[in-house]
Amino acid sequence: MRKETICNAALLFGLLAFPLWAWVTDEPFLITLTTRAIVFAIAGVGLNFALGFGGLVSLGHAAFFGLGGYVMGVLAFHAQTYTSVMDWPFVISGTKSMPIIWLVTIILSAVLAVGIGALSLRTSGVYFIMITLAFAQMLFYFTISWSTYGGEDGLSIYVRNGFPGLNTMDPIQYYAICYVVLLMVLAFVFALSRSSFGLALGASRQNEDRIQAVGQVPFRLYLTAFAISGAITGLSGALFADLNRFVSPTMFSWQTSGEIMVFVILGGVGRVFGPVAGAVLFIVLEHLLGGLSEFWHIYLGAILLGVVLFARGGLYGLIAGREVAHD
Amino acid sequence: MTDPILDIRGISKSFGALKASNNISLDLRPGEIHALIGPNGAGKSTLIKQIAGGLRPDSGSVYFDGQDITDLSTAARARLGMGRTFQVSSLAMEYTVLQNAVLGALGNRGDIFRFFRPVMKDADLLATASEALEMVGLEDFKSSVTSELSHGQRRQLEVAVALTLSPKVFLMDEPMAGLGTEGSHRLMGFLGELKHKTPILLVEHDMDAVFTLADRISVLVYGEIIASGSVDEIRGNPIVRSAYLGEEAET
Amino acid sequence: MSLLLFIEQTLNGLQFGVMLFLMAAGLTLVFGVMGLINLAHGSLYMIGAFAAAAVAGATGSFLLALVASFVCAAFAGVLIEFFVIRRLYDRDHLDQVLATFALILIFSEATRWVFGSFPLFLDKPDWLSGTVMLPFGIEYSLYRLAIIGVGLVVAVGLFWMISKTRIGIRIRAGENDREMIGALGVNISLLYTFVFALGAALAGLAGALVGAIQSVQVGMGEPVLILAFVVIVIGGIGSIKGALIGAILVGLTDTLGRSMLPSFFGLFLEPSSAMSLGASLSSMSIYLLMIGVLLFRPKGLFGGV
Repeated sequence: MRKETICNAALLFGLLAFPLWAWVTDEPFLITLTTRAIVFAIAGVGLNFALGFGGLVSLGHAAFFGLGGYVMGVLAFHAQTYTSVMDWPFVISGTKSMPIIWLVTIILSAVLAVGIGALSLRTSGVYFIMITLAFAQMLFYFTISWSTYGGEDGLSIYVRNGFPGLNTMDPIQYYAICYVVLLMVLAFVFALSRSSFGLALGASRQNEDRIQAVGQVPFRLYLTAFAISGAITGLSGALFADLNRFVSPTMFSWQTSGEIMVFVILGGVGRVFGPVAGAVLFIVLEHLLGGLSEFWHIYLGAILLGVVLFARGGLYGLIAGREVAHD
Repeated sequence: MTDPILDIRGISKSFGALKASNNISLDLRPGEIHALIGPNGAGKSTLIKQIAGGLRPDSGSVYFDGQDITDLSTAARARLGMGRTFQVSSLAMEYTVLQNAVLGALGNRGDIFRFFRPVMKDADLLATASEALEMVGLEDFKSSVTSELSHGQRRQLEVAVALTLSPKVFLMDEPMAGLGTEGSHRLMGFLGELKHKTPILLVEHDMDAVFTLADRISVLVYGEIIASGSVDEIRGNPIVRSAYLGEEAET
Repeated sequence: MSLLLFIEQTLNGLQFGVMLFLMAAGLTLVFGVMGLINLAHGSLYMIGAFAAAAVAGATGSFLLALVASFVCAAFAGVLIEFFVIRRLYDRDHLDQVLATFALILIFSEATRWVFGSFPLFLDKPDWLSGTVMLPFGIEYSLYRLAIIGVGLVVAVGLFWMISKTRIGIRIRAGENDREMIGALGVNISLLYTFVFALGAALAGLAGALVGAIQSVQVGMGEPVLILAFVVIVIGGIGSIKGALIGAILVGLTDTLGRSMLPSFFGLFLEPSSAMSLGASLSSMSIYLLMIGVLLFRPKGLFGGV
């Protein structure tokens, strides 16, 4: 078995065993902490699909993370106040059902990603980085001045949304939901990476001339990848908002985009499981260093700098070797 | 005489004051190798780009298989059957040899928007890819990563990927460059066979290769075709000798 | 809106634009010459503001404070160029974005550690407070007018340096062809350090100048940084002229949008929705401007082909 496969299995097992242990020893805080890691991992897996597989350096994935959050916030807000989201041209009412919220999030995020992608992909390089950042900033400022849903203060909901047959307010049950979502997302991205689309997308990242010479158009590949990537990150935003029962414009902030990128880099760009390792490492650092010093971001910055300068493959690069094998 | 499969009719392209292509006409007929030679800076790359797509001529048109393709994109031309190998190798360097060949077969089949079935287990694609790799003699290197191949092997792979597209013509931009003597001879033998199936427009610096392989030669100097004809005609052409071959002999 | 108010807001926009230019000039030079995206440029702005506030607090001299901001930011620039940035020139944009993002984390937290989380205040000097009468009876803040003046002087100085001096020739050579400056026998790493330090110093100066009209606090650099990026993307990365024109466009769009859009929507909407729509549109306006520019010119107004 390849080292990378062993790492993947160990990671998934650890993410199952640790919260169960925390549950047995009655440490709900640790369960919630691990849930955060899982949710961030999903966000990272989403970004990694565009960034690692498609080579699209988006500094605006907070747009999707925030959109997911606000889809959850707006739908739940209207459900708890018994008002409708809109009355015209047709009535849309709020909902407290997680599956419906997820579905709406995935669709809207993909639509937003197609919109942003169609415009941004006309540019490349730094211009692409900056235009994606600009879109996220636009949404950030839009939500700040959107007083209907709390403006700068954000929006709280009283009770976590419901999932059929489960008590979502119980930390371990909500964890289970997020864990299964992560598994499904990983399986989806793994399948994509081995598919025709994945092969063509990776080739396009390595050499656009090659894709054109075999009769295909890079733009369509990129746009599709960007939409899939945005939908996954959007879904993680909805889960994150439900975890905190709170959404605010911070979810759209450029620091959020930067952090999602950090998960990807810490773990290892272009590996399906990389962002999972990265998000776990981020949460561990946040927890341990945050306990050591109020100024733990200094250490986080130093570690990140070290990874970028000296350990370019991230955690997976260190453990499983530099070479990205494709089979 | 058979109709040309590729027919370039009077194309011109200027960059500012520089006439990179000046009313160039050129054709390629089934079963032949038509070599395009010329000193550096003669406008060969510009011409190739206008034929393969990526650069639109200011005037004139390009006909392929009886169809005007002047306004088509590179990808669309490739789908019509224009196979191309690049001067600077443009393979997916992180992929294996087999993955590169499968990519070509996939591009040709056209169904790249499939998201779940593992592409490297697709029997049809693997068969096409393997066949092409065998034709160029890379069957033993299928699982090598492309970036670890030698220069010559990358050229062979370029040709193999182009073969998976079962093209109607080949545009080959200096396929011999960087090959050793043995490699060149091997490739020349292969191209000599290939032309009967698929005609080749060959841009090449290696004069030995050109005079051995080509059925016709066109000489491009300063954006103009100054002579066109059989190998013997070009060899004996005094203008060509002074304008081009003379220089070539000195360098 | 009255004409007087419009002129005043235009001047405010100009002042804002000139500040953005001081930030953007460094970013665009560093990108143009070294091919580097520097997210930590906002930290240099913050360092300049803190240095100025500290020196002004200790000495009471505004001029000394400005000098301190310039020197400290330049010094910080030399340090990070030497220890971090020069390892990034050959890396791809992703690595540059991340490494400089890490620098932001380090600088912000270190500043919070040294100065605390509460904002510092930097007062304008007496000789620059108050207002002046401009022609047509316009009364305008002397300090803001002075900022416009400083910004324009810096702009002229930069244009002069780039077009007339030996250093400028080398910088232009570096933008066009990196190998060529090596061939000219220029010490490239020294040139890079100089360009980076110059950009840093201008950012620091901007931080100090703005610090006197806003508060000096951790995190003040990032919003300005993002605007400066918008500026250089609009202007075309690497072009000083583009940075100047982009900065003034962004400054005017932002300031005039903020003051005019709400009243514009007030013409045909009820006041409360006019206010909220106007506010959201005006904070989005510069991004809309940038997206608009990129759609028609994917490499900015003065970007190369």
